[in-house]
Amino acid sequence: MTEITRQSLNEIIEKVKTKKISSTDLTKAYIKNIESAKKLNAFVTTTFDQALDKAQQFDNKPNFDQLLPGIPLAVKDLFCTENTKTTAGSNILNNFIPSYESTVTKNLWNNGSFLLGKLNCDEFAMGSSNETSHYGNVINPVGDHLVPGGSSGGSSSALAADLTPATIGTDTGGSIRQPASFTGTVGLKPTYGLCSRWGIVAFASSLDQAGPMTKTIQDCAIMLESMSGFDEKDSTSINKKNEQYSKNLKDNIKGLKIGIPKEYRVDNMPKEVDELWEKGKKILKDLGAQLIDISLPHTKYALPTYYIVAPAEASSNLARYDGVRYGYRSKQGKDLIEMYEKTRSEGFGDEVKRRILIGTYVLSSGYYDAYYLKAQKVRQLIKKDFDDSFKKIDAILTPSTPSSAFKIGEKTNDPVSMYLNDIFTVPVNLAGLPALSMPAGVDKQGHPLGLQLIGKALDEQKILNIGYAFEKNCGFKNEIKKWWS
Amino acid sequence: MSLDKEKIKNVAKLARISVDEAKVESLTKDLNSIFKFIEQLNELNTDKVEPLTSILNQSLRSRKDEISDGKIREKILKNSPKENEEFFVVPKVVE
Repeated sequence: MTEITRQSLNEIIEKVKTKKISSTDLTKAYIKNIESAKKLNAFVTTTFDQALDKAQQFDNKPNFDQLLPGIPLAVKDLFCTENTKTTAGSNILNNFIPSYESTVTKNLWNNGSFLLGKLNCDEFAMGSSNETSHYGNVINPVGDHLVPGGSSGGSSSALAADLTPATIGTDTGGSIRQPASFTGTVGLKPTYGLCSRWGIVAFASSLDQAGPMTKTIQDCAIMLESMSGFDEKDSTSINKKNEQYSKNLKDNIKGLKIGIPKEYRVDNMPKEVDELWEKGKKILKDLGAQLIDISLPHTKYALPTYYIVAPAEASSNLARYDGVRYGYRSKQGKDLIEMYEKTRSEGFGDEVKRRILIGTYVLSSGYYDAYYLKAQKVRQLIKKDFDDSFKKIDAILTPSTPSSAFKIGEKTNDPVSMYLNDIFTVPVNLAGLPALSMPAGVDKQGHPLGLQLIGKALDEQKILNIGYAFEKNCGFKNEIKKWWS
Repeated sequence: MSLDKEKIKNVAKLARISVDEAKVESLTKDLNSIFKFIEQLNELNTDKVEPLTSILNQSLRSRKDEISDGKIREKILKNSPKENEEFFVVPKVVE
């Protein structure tokens, strides 16, 4: 029975549907795994009693027609969950218990699943290694000295260590795809507007998107179908019919045109990343796809643009944490202003403070045009690069990250070197496009590496199909040894 | 351009974050390296480019201004660090 947790979400759903396992036994199997994996520090909060109650309710009155029948799921602690503490990895929300449920998690529960616990993440999703969380570093199951990626590091770690059958994260500049790549799992950032942002702790609202993190492409399709959909409560939610991504999954990619952007070959990129990219191209070509060289000339300006736009929006979004209506309040502070200043100083960690200060500065009087307006113009150019390319291709193939998982503490003293991790993922957020990271191989140390597929807006089905065909022919198997229990 | 300690203290004031005197030095160094990185954008001529203000092809929806919720004062006050019956309580602001 312990082996059930090694299986894919799709296989588990089949077992539940054919009554080979009850929701209660399934939930108990995950609880056992979670309890023996404390070293990974993937969870901030567990909700075992509540999960067992829900599992029992399902077993008493099962509905097997749902997409996620009786499936326990842990989610990133950035999604507000009704009556369950939601911290966003921050001290400033260490006692925050939402009285409402985020739309995305509500959609998951409406499809038959229930909450197993809340997963650690970088503070306010600001980080690429899960080292900025107030609740401690998360460890990558691939190796006890490795970061799991970030900001959805608790999600990637828990998924790869079989602590949840699938999970969800959020991606503002790569926070789903980079941790997926570091742990040998699948992560999808949907088109901006496909998944509701309502009830997700906001970081940079024009970039934030929630998305699935799973073991297989098929699981990814099931989760995306379960969580997406129009929501009146999010003003940027796209009003369209829900897609049946899992039912429509096809592995025939013959004749599809795959763009290969020359700007994604960067200096100092390990040879293995380049070789993996070559391997990916060959697999797609052998499957009948046509490779086309393209150019996205403004790629190198994506990260500098991001580090204006994202902090600017963050400084505005995080202004709400003032110690008055919810969250942490400093005991110091003689007057109102001092109370604000102390609360925010004690409540936020260093990286969050850094980004609020950058954002405040670039939006301040006299500097707005030089920074924020300039960044919005360059963002236009980056989007145009993609628009022009997509006139002649169906999808783009790139590496997901410039390296495999790095060591804990390796990049914490140099913010810019940490930021460079997101060099291949950030352009997609700026252009609002969907992109998938899929495991493709390992480097010479045996650490997983991923490839990224970028699609046209709302063309998730196509990149899932390409990923599905790729997965069947790539032969990647995640060989994680259980060292933590 | 470079940021000096005074400028950083001023920005911190605007952001309502008190910064430890001991940390100002390292913060100045970090922010200057980030700004140096950001300022690569100045290589580009963007005189004729329209700023991108929304990534969506649709304009923002509007809805009728109707109350769809309400009577949840208790729920809203539940997470407040300090409250008094139906109010949030803050340090005294008037003498």
